[in-house]
Amino acid sequence: MVMFSLTPVLDVCTQQQEGKELTKEEKQRLRKEKKQQKKSKEKKDDKPSRDSEKEKKPASAASPAPQTPTQPPAQKAAPAPVPVPASETPSAADKPAKSKAELKAERRARQEAERASKGKKGDVGPQAAPGKPKAPPSELQPVVKRLPEHVQVDNPEVLKKLAKKLERQQVYGCAPNCCGCIPLRSDYGYKVSLFSHLHQYSRKAPLTQQLGIPSTVIHPAIVRLGLQYSQGIVAGSNARSVALLHAFKQVIRDYTTPPNEELSRDLVNRLKPYISFLNQCRPLSASMGNAIKYIKKEISNIPSQCKEEEAKRKLLNCIDCYINEKIVLAAKAIAKYSIEKISDGDVILVYGCSSLVNHILCEAFEKNRKFRVIVVDSRPRLEGREALRRLVQKGINCTYVLISAVSYILPEVSKVFLGAHALLANGYVMSRVGTSQIALVAKAFNVPVLVCCETYKFCERVQTDSFVSNELDDPDDLIVTRTGTTQLEHWQEVPSLGLLNLVYDVTPPDFVDLVITDLGMIPCTSVPVVLRVKNVDQ
Amino acid sequence: MELQAVLMAAGGGSRMTDLTYNTPKAMLPVGNKPLMWYPLNLLERMGFEEVIVITTKEVQKMMSTDPKMKLDVKMKLDVVCIQEDGDMGTADALRHIQQKIKTDILVVSCDLITDVALHEVVDLFRAHNATLAMLMSKAHEFTETVPGQKGKKKTAEQRDFVGVDQSGKRLLFMANEADLEDGLSIRKSIMRKHPRMHIKTGLVDAHLYCLKKAVVDFLADNKSISSIRGELVPYLVRKQFSKTTNCPKIKDDAEDQNQKKNDEPHGRQNPLKLCECFIISTPNSPLLQLAQDRSCWNDHRGDMSEAYHGGKLRCYVHIMDEGPCYRVNTLAAYIEANRLAPKLFEEVPVHPSAVISERCQMGSDSYIGAMCQIADKTSIKRSTIGNSTTVKEKVKVANSIIMHGVTIEEGCNIQGSVICSNAVIGRGADLKYCLVGNGQQIEPEGKDHWHEHTP
Repeated sequence: MVMFSLTPVLDVCTQQQEGKELTKEEKQRLRKEKKQQKKSKEKKDDKPSRDSEKEKKPASAASPAPQTPTQPPAQKAAPAPVPVPASETPSAADKPAKSKAELKAERRARQEAERASKGKKGDVGPQAAPGKPKAPPSELQPVVKRLPEHVQVDNPEVLKKLAKKLERQQVYGCAPNCCGCIPLRSDYGYKVSLFSHLHQYSRKAPLTQQLGIPSTVIHPAIVRLGLQYSQGIVAGSNARSVALLHAFKQVIRDYTTPPNEELSRDLVNRLKPYISFLNQCRPLSASMGNAIKYIKKEISNIPSQCKEEEAKRKLLNCIDCYINEKIVLAAKAIAKYSIEKISDGDVILVYGCSSLVNHILCEAFEKNRKFRVIVVDSRPRLEGREALRRLVQKGINCTYVLISAVSYILPEVSKVFLGAHALLANGYVMSRVGTSQIALVAKAFNVPVLVCCETYKFCERVQTDSFVSNELDDPDDLIVTRTGTTQLEHWQEVPSLGLLNLVYDVTPPDFVDLVITDLGMIPCTSVPVVLRVKNVDQ
Repeated sequence: MELQAVLMAAGGGSRMTDLTYNTPKAMLPVGNKPLMWYPLNLLERMGFEEVIVITTKEVQKMMSTDPKMKLDVKMKLDVVCIQEDGDMGTADALRHIQQKIKTDILVVSCDLITDVALHEVVDLFRAHNATLAMLMSKAHEFTETVPGQKGKKKTAEQRDFVGVDQSGKRLLFMANEADLEDGLSIRKSIMRKHPRMHIKTGLVDAHLYCLKKAVVDFLADNKSISSIRGELVPYLVRKQFSKTTNCPKIKDDAEDQNQKKNDEPHGRQNPLKLCECFIISTPNSPLLQLAQDRSCWNDHRGDMSEAYHGGKLRCYVHIMDEGPCYRVNTLAAYIEANRLAPKLFEEVPVHPSAVISERCQMGSDSYIGAMCQIADKTSIKRSTIGNSTTVKEKVKVANSIIMHGVTIEEGCNIQGSVICSNAVIGRGADLKYCLVGNGQQIEPEGKDHWHEHTP
């Protein structure tokens, strides 16, 4: 009796299990079909964004438009993992009344085949996603197409794709026998696994090694700029944007429209390989991205009946106006607002070298405010020394400490002024690595933190951690020689050792009390409002 | 266009007259290729498509007939001929072609054999917006014995003192021993700006310079400078720290000078000051200045001044630690180059059109040129044999350089010698460490050691 009753129970159990498998499998297949349909309709980036959508859903309550095409699949996919266990039992009843053994065998075979092809593509279903909590969602860079998830930058297939993409960006007007494509800069050294999706280049292997010397493929001003970026001669968000626009002015000046082409379309196409080149030399900053968007818009808006000379003059004028408005005048406005916040007897803490913060402090000093400054610095860049030099040259009373001493010095501090590389759409501040530390410690000591940032650095990107999108600097910068010995000299030979030289980090809006922009003093959470207003204006 | 290449091939080879009195230095065979093929090859590999070649009519004639030049050099050569009397220095030559120069230039000498990665020099020029960027190399000891000179005679070469800053890239000081009478004196202004200076003496100047266009314009107005290496480069290095360069009032000074020009009794000094303004005080465009102000980079630390100490004139040098870099301007260098240059370029040891009999013993590091005829029972070791040379039976050639069109009769024994073109070595001659000039004839059974046979 027991035996008889067991088998039907067993059967039911197995059937239920099969049912689970079947239904899960069915759901998976349905989803895959939908995905493939979408793939054929839209671009390829929909698939990885499905997972990224789910992971970002809790954080991206206010995330704006750029992901609208991927919203519908997200909505369909998001409820999918939840009701899978719930819908087992009803769908178990829906099973077709075929020979179960045959169906079982068929489905198992298909499953094996799909699993085999899945493993190659790196395609993941929803059950894999929770198993990899640290998996970074795909990057969202304004200029480059998104890479599929879980694909490492060193993967040879990805490198091949990137090389092909660079090749496709053939530079205009180059001779047919010369290689008209931008060379691919190869990564250097062992990368820490958390950041394996980012590029890591060596300063000793510049991109110019692979270019011909009288650079005909890329305008010499751009080659010079790329070199200055990669060697750090032009560093700092504002400086890089200004230098970029200066180089673009030279490009526009030397540009001649080829016959049968329109300036508005041809010039934009000509700028594309230059931007790829600069990106390879050093990843573009948010401010540079916004400047490039602006220029491209201006170029496309040139009416076709406009003569070339006049069009060029207009463009050069636009660039000058942009710099004047967004950088120079903005700095003046921010200085005016900030001076209201600086009172006599203040002890102000600054971190690293921010051109804007230095400007503010110099202006405040000229307006005869009595304050002293504590400059906090950190390795390996040690930019604080440059800030210190500029402030002391003005005559401001300064103290210099390293970031390890921040908690000891904070009881003396009355305000913290920080610069920003970019302000993200969810209110996070992206700045030099170490800024979030300082903001955190300041919050613990109840010291107000004020971030100064021009509006052209506001970015529509959303990030909550520093892993997703960052920049890896040359790891050899961390090596230091003291008293004749260099301990890390042969770090590459130690297989378990990796050097990590991060450049940026993000500070949550809870630690920031006020953001001073050229539009006024706003709280961190009003950044999306500003972005929306800017979009409406344009 | 970014850079224009200029090849200086009009030099007379004054330090190896034995070799050059008949063949111009630019066309001397090194590894069976004319000497000027090497810098042209370097430029071509780097991606240049056009070169301005400054040379004499004789060299131009030889160039057009030489097969190597016609086939291997694919760049467009714009040949400019100048007089052969040798009074024109390198800077004078630049002044001569000033009209052709539209952008920054890269000046190369025809006697440079190297495989340097040129981007190292040019990157310094680009990144720092330098006025001058040059290449230097650690001097190599010459190991080969030089024919015609008994024993290892160390030529009393004048030493060059080169001062670089701590990074090894910025050129702070350059002087030749001949110009320093009492000793090396360094100005206080340099020491204040660059407290740590490394002074090196064992460096060879490769005579490869990247110069800004403004320098060429300066040369055009300033006719007193005639040599790049001897006068222009030390002048530019000195002017980096000159007081006038850092003075913001220089534009006003220039205007005052202009006005006073007619009144001044010695009007010759004024043009110099005016010309200095060209290279020295070209103001940065305002955007570039803004970018530099906002950038948090400085090339030095420890004092209160901005990047580059605010100086607009900057000279940089790239010093090659390893890798071949030869200037073939002496006999010893010529021999060394012959030994090493073919290995550099992976020359085919035996030219396909050479006729070599089977019973000839040829070492692996010998190079035979085109259309040679090598007879039986010869032994050729560590030597270079030029085109159209005939070597008869039972000849032993070791450690020698034999140029084109030479006839070597039977039974000769040639060691460590240099035999120039069209010479005839008689039967049974025994030459050790000799230098046989162009078209000379050695009598049969002659025994010569350490001799120079030149007319």
